[in-house]
Amino acid sequence: MITVNHYMMLSAILFTIGTFGVLTRKNAIVIFMCIEVMLNSVNLTFIALSRHVGNMDGQIFVFFVMTVAAAEAAVGLALMIAFYRNKDSLDTDDFNLLKW
Amino acid sequence: MEAILFYLTATVAIFSAFFVTQCRNPINSALNLITTFLCLAVFYVMLEAPFMAAIQIMVYAGAIMVLIIFVIMLLNLGLAVKTRYTHGLAGGGVLAALVLMVTTHFVGTGTATGTGGEITSEVIATYGHTELIGKAMFVDFLLPFEIASILLLVAIVGAVILSKRKV
Repeated sequence: MITVNHYMMLSAILFTIGTFGVLTRKNAIVIFMCIEVMLNSVNLTFIALSRHVGNMDGQIFVFFVMTVAAAEAAVGLALMIAFYRNKDSLDTDDFNLLKW
Repeated sequence: MEAILFYLTATVAIFSAFFVTQCRNPINSALNLITTFLCLAVFYVMLEAPFMAAIQIMVYAGAIMVLIIFVIMLLNLGLAVKTRYTHGLAGGGVLAALVLMVTTHFVGTGTATGTGGEITSEVIATYGHTELIGKAMFVDFLLPFEIASILLLVAIVGAVILSKRKV
């Protein structure tokens, strides 16, 4: 029998993998994709708990998380294109304009 | 049967999410990420949320991933991959292990409370999941819905301004 705890454990594992990717990768687009993994693991928790509690609110929250992810994708990728035009790379080690 | 499907899909989801973080080429990472999204859509169907599964495939695996792959191909990042593509593996690994320990401890020792809401399997079977979502969204969550549409408009304008060559 699959309970809500199974889903939350899976969600915790996916969130950890996303954290690991964000901390260790250098390519900005891959970091962005790891953030998407983390957002999706939270969505899975929302839907599993919404089903467990018997309430629709969690699934509406997932809807808004998806909206924010879409807005983030549009703005973040535009920022990356602008950065690539200036520096010819997407390596996070080159993101040092504010360093002194 | 349900358990077999769950463990099979969970294994695929975890491995593809891991390969997102480990693939050297960003395109391979993106394809693995699509696999993860499809596995999550399977979970949504198992959780009796078929509308969310459809939205997951259309919005995430469709729209957002097309945008990401478009940018990867536009910038030709396959050639820009350097010899060293990770950093801080030890620190990141330790921190991620710590996060995993804390979360699994909380999930493993606690139990989820608060069952018995009005949305049961029978209600979903009677009305349909899409109708229930629509009712919740356009009655209880109308103002957040409108705010989300403004957010999307602002994001469109911001993306156009940021990627213009000359302002």
